[in-house]
Parts: sequence; C-alpha cells; structure tokens
Amino acid sequence: MAQDRPTAAELLAAIADFLRDEATPALDKSEPRLGFQMRVAVNALAILEREARLGPAADAREQARLAGLLGRDGTLADLNRGLARQLRDGGRDESDTALMAHLDATIADKIAIANPKWK
Amino acid sequence: MSETVAAALAAACRRHFGAAARIEALHRESGGASRQTWSFDALVGDRRHALILRRDPPAAAGHDKASTTALDRATEFHVLRAAYQAGVRAPEPLFELAAADGLGEGFVMRRVGGIAIARKLLRDAPYAAARPRITGQLGEIMARIHAVDIATLPALERRDAAGQIANLRATLDMLDQPQPVFELALSWLDRRKPPSTAAPVLVHGDYRTGNYLVDETGVTAILDWEGAHLGDPVEDLGWLCVKSWRFGAIDKPAAGFGSREELWRAYERAGGAAVDPARAHWWEVFGTVRWGVICMTQAWRHLSGTVKSMELASIGRRAVETQVDLLQLLKEAR
Repeated sequence: MAQDRPTAAELLAAIADFLRDEATPALDKSEPRLGFQMRVAVNALAILEREARLGPAADAREQARLAGLLGRDGTLADLNRGLARQLRDGGRDESDTALMAHLDATIADKIAIANPKWK
Repeated sequence: MSETVAAALAAACRRHFGAAARIEALHRESGGASRQTWSFDALVGDRRHALILRRDPPAAAGHDKASTTALDRATEFHVLRAAYQAGVRAPEPLFELAAADGLGEGFVMRRVGGIAIARKLLRDAPYAAARPRITGQLGEIMARIHAVDIATLPALERRDAAGQIANLRATLDMLDQPQPVFELALSWLDRRKPPSTAAPVLVHGDYRTGNYLVDETGVTAILDWEGAHLGDPVEDLGWLCVKSWRFGAIDKPAAGFGSREELWRAYERAGGAAVDPARAHWWEVFGTVRWGVICMTQAWRHLSGTVKSMELASIGRRAVETQVDLLQLLKEAR
C-alpha cells in the first residue's frame, strides 16, 4: 500500500530543515554541547533523506553488477561477502578492470548518499 | 558528579604538592563515557596550578574499550613522562591517581595553552601566522618522539606492517560487514608491505590534527598518547597525511597545512631518518584503511549496545569517505 505524501524523503527533509534552521540556533545559545549534537543529528537526517531517494536504485545497480561479476545470484550482503573473500584470498586484484569499474560505481553511489561534498 | 571529583582531586593534589589544595574552575572538556578529560586549577599556598585530569572512571574501566590496542592510563602516563623528559613538546605529567582516590584510573598533567579544533586552526584569523609553521613543527616534534630512548619506556607492544594488516582483517571479520574496498586495499598493502624495521622506535600512533594543540605561535603540545607502540617511524608520517585530517584543505597533504616534502624535510633536519617516499605512501594507504575500519568500530560500540551514542553511530557512515580516497590512492599508484 502506498503511503500518502509527504514521502519519506520529503518528511525527512522537512524535519532536518526545522531542526537546522530553528532548533539549532536556540540550542547554540542555551546549551552549546547540545547544539553540536543537534548538528550531528541534522547531518544524519540529511543522509537518510538522500538514502530514501537514492538508496533503492543504488542497491539494485550494485546487486546486478555483483551478480555479473561473480556469475551467480544472491542477496546483496551474500554477494558482497563472496567478493570480499575473493579480494582477501587474492582471487581478484586491482588489475581486474571490471572489478574496478564496479567498485568505482558502488563507492560513487555510497558517497552520494553519505557525504556528497566529500572530495 | 563535579563535587565528588573536586573533593577527590583536592586530596590527590594535597598528596602530590605536600600542602592543602583548593580546586577551582573544574569542568569536563571532552571525551566519551569511558575516557574523560577534566580541566581545573589547584590553588596550593599562593600558587595556582593549571591542570588537566585524564581518567577512566571506575565503572567504565575495562568495560567500553574504544580500541583493543589502546594503552591503559598508567602505561600512557609513563610513555608521556619519558617523552616529556626527552624534550618532546607535550604536557608535563605530574602524578598518577591512587586507587584510594576513587576517581578510577588516570593521571594529572599541566595544562598547556592552545586549541585542537581543525576548522578553527585552518580558517580562523588568530592562527594565520601559525599556519605556515605547523607542518615544520610537526615534523620536528615527531623526530624527537622517534628519538626517545626505548630503555626509558614502559613495556610497549611492537607492531609491524604484517601484524597491523592482520589486526585490521581480524577487526573486519569481527564486525562481519563485508567491505570489498578495504579487502582490496589490505591485499594491495599485504603484497607490498615494507620489511620490519631493524631498530623499532617509539611511535605515537595517533599523530594527527585533533591530537595536538596550537596557539598563535604554532604547535604547543602533542596529546593523546594511548596509541603509543614500538614500530616503524614512517607509520606516524603516513598517518599524519591521511586525507581525513585535512578537513577540506585537500591540496595540503600534511594535516591540511603543508606538503609531504615539507614535512619530511623538517623531520630529517631535526634528526629523523631519511624518508623513503614509497614507504611513506604505503603507510598513508594503510592509515586510510585504518581510519575507515575505526569508523566502523566506533559505530559498532553503539550498535553492540556497549555505549548509546548517536555521534558514534553516525561515524559509521564516514567509512565510505576513506573508500573514495583508497580507490584514488590505488589509481595513483598504478
């Protein structure tokens, strides 16, 4: 069943905006330590907002690439476990261009959610 | 809690200074539930001593360990004392707490002026004159740390490249969240690891922005000695250049203040061994994986229920920053 609007992303953005623009300045005056904690919370809400918008498609892309790379199906966690094992055992390394393209694309999707300003 | 701490500190200071001490301006500076830093003044006779208490409260001792490799407070005190006596710019350690003080494990040192907050150091006006000096000063002080006579130190673990790789792999296994980029980087490191140094030195272990104080004149003290161990001196040089400590000043690899070469030359001029750029790069890549795994470990302290902390939980989502950096570093190395 579809939920009514606001969507998860819209609601998270509204909460983050309120906490950043109204609650944080008030806290900075009365309780600076909590003002710092509130910035951490606002930043985490912004991550969730981006994850709600971008996460499902990013996960699907990652899973499809992993299945192609490993030549089998599985859950995202299961496929990542398989790839991690190959990388530890030396079964694949950075000379594998398909692997590196997959990692570049995966990390680009992850940082776009966790911290798009990182460079 | 402050009143209890003040009363206990008054008794401990009386023992150390040999005269009645009045405690003033006591406040918590930072730190989590397990490792606390308190600032206070002790008035003894007509002298005012500006002091810092670093302690693990009784309930927390041995409970929430932020890292399995961190030193206990007693060992940290003795490392700091050896470094201070060897002329390293560090706070002067005064005395250890006694069990009867009821404050947990810890020690008292003299308070040094300056701040450790990266964004202020990198951008605020009072530090404009200090900024161009910081890289050179960090190189010089590091050379002094590495020159500390090992015979003056308490027993410290020796950690070489191979052991450190094994340690991070074991941590990843414990966390059980598969991380292909970290595995790729660790295997890359494993194939290129430098041989153990013939003469291991005192390695600070967490020499980075946030762990040293700066005032208008430059670096005033190196803090946080709990990561100290014996090993490869280049480990500290590589760790200082990890991108996460540049806080946005990405074109200045040495902690956001200068170039790698500037750091290395200052280190060598102050008596440090000649720096092999390949070895420094290896430790910088290693340091980047290490910080990424620490991000996961910090989040794990919350997720496992050891401590309840939104701040620690959030750090888990910073691990991917180091994965961006690692893919870049491995490309540059090809």
